[in-house]
Amino acid sequence: MELLVALIIGVLTACGVYLVLRRRSFPVVLGLTMLSYGVNLFLFAMGRLTIGRPAVIQADAAGYADPLPQALVLTAIVISFAMTAFVIVLALKARSELDTDHVDGRGES
Amino acid sequence: MNPEIALPILIPLLGAAVSVAFWRHMALQRHLAVLATGALLAIGLVLLWEVWHGGILVMDMGVWPAPFGIALVADLLAAIMVVLAGFTGFAVTLYSLVSLDREHENFGYYPLLQLLLAGVCGAFLTGDIFNLFVWFEVMLIASFALLVLGGRRTQMEGGLKYVTLNLIASAIFLTAVGLLYGMVGTLNMADLAVKLAQVEAQGLVTVLSLLFMIAFGIKAAAFPLFFWLPASYHTPPVAISAVFAGLLTKVGVYALYRVFTLIFTHDVGYTHTLLLWGAGLTMLTGVLGAAAQFEFRRILSFHIISQIGYMLMGLALFTPLALLGGIFYIVHHIVVKTNLFLVSGVARRLQGSYELRDLGGLYRSAPGLSVLFLIPALSLAGMPPLSGFFGKFILVRAGLEAGAYAIVFVALLVGLLTLYSMLKIWAEVFWKAAPEPTSPSPAPLQGPERLLLYAPISAMAAVTVAIGLGAAWVYDVAEAAAAQLLDPALYVEAVLGRERLQ
Amino acid sequence: MGSMILRTAAGFLLPLLLLFSLFLMLRGHDEPGGGFIAGLVAAGGFAFYTFAFDTRHTRRLLRVDTRSLLGVGLVMAVLSGVPAAFFGQPFFASQWFRFTLPPFGEVTVSTPLLFDIGVYLVVVGVITTIVLTLADPEH
Repeated sequence: MELLVALIIGVLTACGVYLVLRRRSFPVVLGLTMLSYGVNLFLFAMGRLTIGRPAVIQADAAGYADPLPQALVLTAIVISFAMTAFVIVLALKARSELDTDHVDGRGES
Repeated sequence: MNPEIALPILIPLLGAAVSVAFWRHMALQRHLAVLATGALLAIGLVLLWEVWHGGILVMDMGVWPAPFGIALVADLLAAIMVVLAGFTGFAVTLYSLVSLDREHENFGYYPLLQLLLAGVCGAFLTGDIFNLFVWFEVMLIASFALLVLGGRRTQMEGGLKYVTLNLIASAIFLTAVGLLYGMVGTLNMADLAVKLAQVEAQGLVTVLSLLFMIAFGIKAAAFPLFFWLPASYHTPPVAISAVFAGLLTKVGVYALYRVFTLIFTHDVGYTHTLLLWGAGLTMLTGVLGAAAQFEFRRILSFHIISQIGYMLMGLALFTPLALLGGIFYIVHHIVVKTNLFLVSGVARRLQGSYELRDLGGLYRSAPGLSVLFLIPALSLAGMPPLSGFFGKFILVRAGLEAGAYAIVFVALLVGLLTLYSMLKIWAEVFWKAAPEPTSPSPAPLQGPERLLLYAPISAMAAVTVAIGLGAAWVYDVAEAAAAQLLDPALYVEAVLGRERLQ
Repeated sequence: MGSMILRTAAGFLLPLLLLFSLFLMLRGHDEPGGGFIAGLVAAGGFAFYTFAFDTRHTRRLLRVDTRSLLGVGLVMAVLSGVPAAFFGQPFFASQWFRFTLPPFGEVTVSTPLLFDIGVYLVVVGVITTIVLTLADPEH
C-alpha cells in the first residue's frame, strides 16, 4: 500500500508541475489543483498508513489512526477548495478582460 | 488571562465579518474600518507594553494545553510587528477613505483589508506551524482579492502570476509541514525546537529547513524567487499597493526570522550562509531592477526587493548585533515604504499619472509634498539622521564585526544605488518643469480630501524622523527582541513550561 | 436550461437537502457531521436549483444577499469564542449552559454549537456566492 500511495502522490505532483508550466491559464489552474491533491495526500500519509483503526483513542482499542493529519488535511482541502474557486473566477475574468487565456495576457507568440 | 494576545486577530476579523454582513452600508463599513484598525493599533501598543514589562505572553486557545492545542505566543518581535501592522492599517484606511473610488469600495475593499490584517496579525502571533500556514492563506486570499479588485487589464495580468506563484509556495510550505510532522509528530514551534534537536538524521532536518527557506523566500520576495512582486505590486489602487508593500513581504521575512532562530539552528554554518548569499543577491537584483524603471510605483516595488535583502542579511549573519539591525530595519522599512507608496498616490492624484515623464514641477506646485517625499526617500537611501541610516549603520557594523566584508560592500553599494533611484524620482517628479498636460488636470486638493491624504503621510514621515532622532529607544527595544530570538529557551519555557527544558 | 424533470425534481429535492443539512449540522455535535459538510450539502442544494432554473430564481428563493449570510456566519463563529473570556479562560474555550425549557425538559446550549452554525452559514454563503457569480451570464 505504501508503494501505491507513494506512486499516486508522485504522479499527481508530476502532472501538476507539468501543467503549471503550460501556457494557457486553464491547464495552469488544473495543475495547481493536482499539485494541491498531491500535497494533501502526502500530508495525510505523514500520519502513517493504517487500516481499520479508530481515529479516537479508547481504552479497549488495539491501536489508533493518528487523527491530527486528518484534521490538517481537512483544513488544507478547505483552503485549496477556496483557492481553486478563486483562481477559476480570476482566470475567467482575465480571459474575458484580455481576450486571451495566455498566462502572460498576450496573444500567441 | 491576557485577552490582548488574541485581540489583534479577533478585532479585524470581527470588523471584516460585520462589514460583510452589512454589504451595502458603505458609511458603516468606512466607520467600522477606521474604528477596527485604530483599535488594532491601540491593542498592539498595549501588547508591546505588556511584553516589554512582563516577558513573553502565551495563550492556549480553547484551553487545549500546548503542545497539543494551538498556542498564541507574543514575544517582543511579534508585538513590534503587530504594532506596525496596526499603524500601517490605520494610516492606509484613513488614506483610502478619500483615495478609493466607489467601485472598489463596493466590491468589499474594507472587509478584505481587515481580513488581510487579521491574517497578518495571526501569522505574527501564532506559535503553531500549521496555524501559521492557515494565517498565511487567510492573508493570501484577502490579498488575491484586493490585488484584482476593480479588474483592470494590468491587474489581471499581474494577478495570475502572483496567485500561481504564491499557491506553489503554499504547496511547498504544506509539504514541509507534513514532513516535519512525519519526523517528530508535533507542530507546536516550541515543541519542534526541543524535539528536532534530538532527531538523529540531522541531514534531513537541513533539507526540511531548505524547504521552509524556499516557501518563505517566495513570500518574502527574496532572490531568486521575487519576480512575481514587480509584476503585480504596481497594478492595484495605490492604497492597496501601499499596504502590500508595507506588510506582505515582511510576513515572509518574519516567518524566516521565527523559523531560523527558533527551530532550525542546528546547522547555522550551512543554512545561514545560504541565506547570506540570498540576501546579497536580493539586494543587488532589486536595486539594479529599480535603476532600469521609469514608473513611480515600479521603482518602489523593486526597492522593496532590495530592502528585503538587508533584513535577510541581519538574520543571515546571526549575531546579536546583526539581528538587532535586521529588526530595526524591518521597523524602519515598513513605515518608510508604505509612506513612499502613499506619496506616489498623491502625486498621481495631482497630475494624473505614475510615469516619471508625465510628472513634474511638484516642487513648485506642492512644496509640502516634496518635503514629505524627501523624508522617507532619503531615509530609504540611508541618510542621517533619518531612520534608515541607523538601520544600515547597525547592519554594516555587524557585518564588519562578523568579518563578512563582501556583504558589507554590497550593502553600501546598494545604499548608494538606492540614493540614485530616489534622486531620479526627485529630479523627474519634483524638480523638472511640469510637462504640458495632455489631459485636463484633475481638480485641486482641498478640504477633507487634502486632510485625509496628507495626515497619514505626515504621521508616517514624523515617525520616520522620530525613529531617527530617538534611535536609542528603538535600539533598546530591538536589542531586547533580538536577545529573545537568540535565546530559544525563553520561548520554549514560556510555551511549554519549565519542566520540558532539558 | 433545465428540462421539466430536472425542474420538478429540484423543487422537491431542495427542501429535502436543506432538511438533511440541518440534521447533519446538529448531529455533528457528537457524531460524524458538522457545520462544514452540512453547509456543503445545503450549498449543493442551491447549486442544483441554479442548474434547474437560473441565478435569478435562486436569488429570489434565498431572499437575502449570500454575502450577508457569509458575514452573519463569520460574526457568529468569531463571537462564539468570546464568552470564554468572561469566565477567565482563553478565547474559544467551550462554554456550556444548561437550563430547563418546559416542553423539551433540560436543554444544553454551548458555544461550539454557535460556532458550528456560524461555519454552516459561512460555507453556504461562500459557495452560493461563488456558484451564482460563475453562473451569472453577465460576468
